[in-house]
Amino acid sequence: MNRIMKTLTGREGKKNDLLVKMEAKKSGSVSVSIESKVMSMYGDQIEATVRETLKTLGVKHCRVEVSDNGAFDYVIQARVEAAARRLYDIEEPGCLPERKVPRRKPGKERLRRTRLYMPGNNPSLMYNGGIFGADCVILDLEDSVAPAQKDAARILVRNTLLSVDFGEAEKIVRINPLSSRYGRCDIETVLPAGPDTILIPKSENARDIRDVEEITGEIEQREGLKNKTFLMPLIETAAGVLSAREIAEASGRVVALCFGAEDFTADMGVSRTRSGKESFVARSLLVIGARAAGVQAIDTVFSDIKDTEGLIESAREAKDLGFAGKGVIHPSQIEPVHDVFAPGIEEIEYARKVVSAIDEAREKGSGVATIGRKMIDAPIEKRARKVLSIAETLGLIDKTG
Amino acid sequence: MKMIRNAAGRMVPDEIDGKKLKPFKGAHEDHGGGRKIGPPIRAIADYKTKIRSSLDEAIDDCNLKNGMTVSFHHHLRNGDHLGNMVVDKLAERGLKDMVVAPSALFPVHEPIVKHIENGVVSHIEGSMNGPVGKACSLGKMNKTCVLRSHGGRYRAIQDGDLHIDAAFIAAPVADPHGNASGRGGPSACGVLGYSLADSLYADNVIVVTDNLVPFPNYPWTIRGGNVDHVCQVENLGDPEKILSGTTRLTRSPTRLLIAQYAARVIEDTGIMNEPEFSFQAGAGGISLAFLKYLAEIMRKQGVKADFARGGSTKFMVDMLQEGLIDYILDLQCFDIPAVESVIKNPRHIESDPFTSYNYHTKGNLATRAKAAVLGATEVDLDFNVNVNTHSDGWLLHGTGGFTDVCDSGCTIITVPLLRGRVSSIVDSVTTVTSPGELIDVIVTERGIAVNPKRKDLIENLKGSDLPLKPIEELRQMAVDIAGTPKKPEYEDRIVPLIEYRDGTIIDTVKQLKL
Repeated sequence: MNRIMKTLTGREGKKNDLLVKMEAKKSGSVSVSIESKVMSMYGDQIEATVRETLKTLGVKHCRVEVSDNGAFDYVIQARVEAAARRLYDIEEPGCLPERKVPRRKPGKERLRRTRLYMPGNNPSLMYNGGIFGADCVILDLEDSVAPAQKDAARILVRNTLLSVDFGEAEKIVRINPLSSRYGRCDIETVLPAGPDTILIPKSENARDIRDVEEITGEIEQREGLKNKTFLMPLIETAAGVLSAREIAEASGRVVALCFGAEDFTADMGVSRTRSGKESFVARSLLVIGARAAGVQAIDTVFSDIKDTEGLIESAREAKDLGFAGKGVIHPSQIEPVHDVFAPGIEEIEYARKVVSAIDEAREKGSGVATIGRKMIDAPIEKRARKVLSIAETLGLIDKTG
Repeated sequence: MKMIRNAAGRMVPDEIDGKKLKPFKGAHEDHGGGRKIGPPIRAIADYKTKIRSSLDEAIDDCNLKNGMTVSFHHHLRNGDHLGNMVVDKLAERGLKDMVVAPSALFPVHEPIVKHIENGVVSHIEGSMNGPVGKACSLGKMNKTCVLRSHGGRYRAIQDGDLHIDAAFIAAPVADPHGNASGRGGPSACGVLGYSLADSLYADNVIVVTDNLVPFPNYPWTIRGGNVDHVCQVENLGDPEKILSGTTRLTRSPTRLLIAQYAARVIEDTGIMNEPEFSFQAGAGGISLAFLKYLAEIMRKQGVKADFARGGSTKFMVDMLQEGLIDYILDLQCFDIPAVESVIKNPRHIESDPFTSYNYHTKGNLATRAKAAVLGATEVDLDFNVNVNTHSDGWLLHGTGGFTDVCDSGCTIITVPLLRGRVSSIVDSVTTVTSPGELIDVIVTERGIAVNPKRKDLIENLKGSDLPLKPIEELRQMAVDIAGTPKKPEYEDRIVPLIEYRDGTIIDTVKQLKL
């Protein structure tokens, strides 16, 4: 059989990462040599982790050289596993580490004001991704990962999900499209680690979603996973925009439709502008499609991390169009977006008036409540209760009001 | 030599190199006693001219002998040329076993290592950073070094624990009378206070300048009446390295978050709204970002500070100019705007270790500050702090003003929970620089721990949405992700003593076993 005998995984000299050079041998034992910034403190532990990972994978003859820059064990395990899988035909799906993070059951209707994107092959950024207060974190296997690193990244993302506590944030993995050679394997690898949600890029029709649902269902059953993984279609083509409602209704697992402006403008052959006027209609259609199906809509990212004013304008527009949140690409974008999507004092005051007027009316046995001369109908009540519930979640008001 | 367990729980010797030592008894337990020392009495008849034709002539006039102590200051930071020049000249004269007593050393002073190896320098008293610290960890010094804080150094000199035979004062501006300051010239460094004790107590005081101006050079930090010799050199330092590097705001989102939490602690504890609000912050990346966030909160709340204790930077100067701070009381300028400010702005006041930090005295500025924000390498479950050694046992940092500043009303330590794989929160610090009883709040990106002894702060922080956590929980988070590192192995030999600012011994560092 003609196959590779040597490989490299990881990123040399990068914080919390390591470079693994592995060479397959026909015989002999496993030899490990280590260079590390923290050699005197962790050298023995690094070697033990490398050996244990190889043993679990059933690798008996090889040479491994490690150049480490403070990687945690789950990163070392991921890099070694990825290298070993490249060199050997390893059928078994599982490997180290054990799960350390408690599973939380996420709500379908939850705050999704911000979704922080993090490149799936960068251990340091992913490790810190949960501390900035984003409502959701996206561990990305698609655009931020080079084709040659797709295999290594998906193992790293799996290990990260098992080892890093992202707190209350919704854990989303952006997979590669199923139409690519990576998509299916992405789901196979990361799903057992229990992400809350799969973000499906370049969704164009109901079929794209059902395909993912089918694979996801199979794996959940096989692995005995209790929580149903949510799906979040990312719509970033003209065809996708026109099928927004169909996509949103394709599966009961869909929780939100997201818009991707970068690919959309490329697909349209237009430039992306600061104001985003070229995608105004598309975004509006997407929100309408999502709301028709009863799911949230989430706006695209704002790419200039230095332009806070532009970000705020863009978030305001998104809120006005009916989006529930925006994608963010840097922690500094979280606070401004949260500020925009948090209900204002006037909005909360009005919602309170609405709810108390209704409660009062019901106590009196009257079916009709009014504020001034304006009748409060069901949608107004629903909206008011939603505002109060968001305000409560955000700690802007307490339960007693 | 007998080993005694001190009040910080560390085993320390009762004597070393024939010198009697006192163990640390508690942060404010030892009050000294006795009298300060005095410098030799001299008369103006012997000082018709102080100008020496060269540094060589000035050194020759000091009659230095083997085993004597020379000192210099670190206001020129990593751009300093004088420290190396002086030690080279000691070597040229065939002197041996000299004690070098700098207020701090920087990587630029690496050439001193070869003079340690060839016996010109027996050891360092004061501060060590980088390469010289490394040489100390390797056991290259013939005698035991002593690490002191800035305030502790002043105290040691005035109390007679550290006798200086010749003090070499790099002076960016000086006149023939010896009046000297840092306020101008090609090597301008603004403040020059670290050399004050040296000028008052050393047997020989040599002002070395690359910018001799006509008498009178005013305002002066070093008074001519204390100066024996004045000499000129071509240049004292590298201006770019004197004022650079440290004053860039961090771009790391994690460090920005830590800085923001630190500012929020000051807001949410209500410290900011108490009378006579004042604070101290340094020039590290987190400290600068802290100033930025603090300024935002002060603006929003309409609060101003009576004074800020520097290390001064552009960030602090901007706050002064905006009116958010009434005065800067400054011991070190870190950038050009800070130097310009101390020269031009009467509200930017030059300080010195006596005024700011001395312990055997009748009051200092650090004690008056309501809050201080400081970095560290390690903090432990008892809130003890280490700024001297890394977790792998290497001695790499001086104490600076750390221990002295810990007397502020609310001492806040800002540390990333993990640096790479290495945890900043440990079960027990590698070296105790400052006792936990002085440390009030630990701020990390993953949570904030308040010293349980500060019940007032805990009470005031009730209802705050800051991520408050017991320090044990922070420690556990670090262990869960990073594992437990192997402890460093040491030889028996003590290489530096860690002297507390009152002159007692709080800890020691041992030679590394390699």
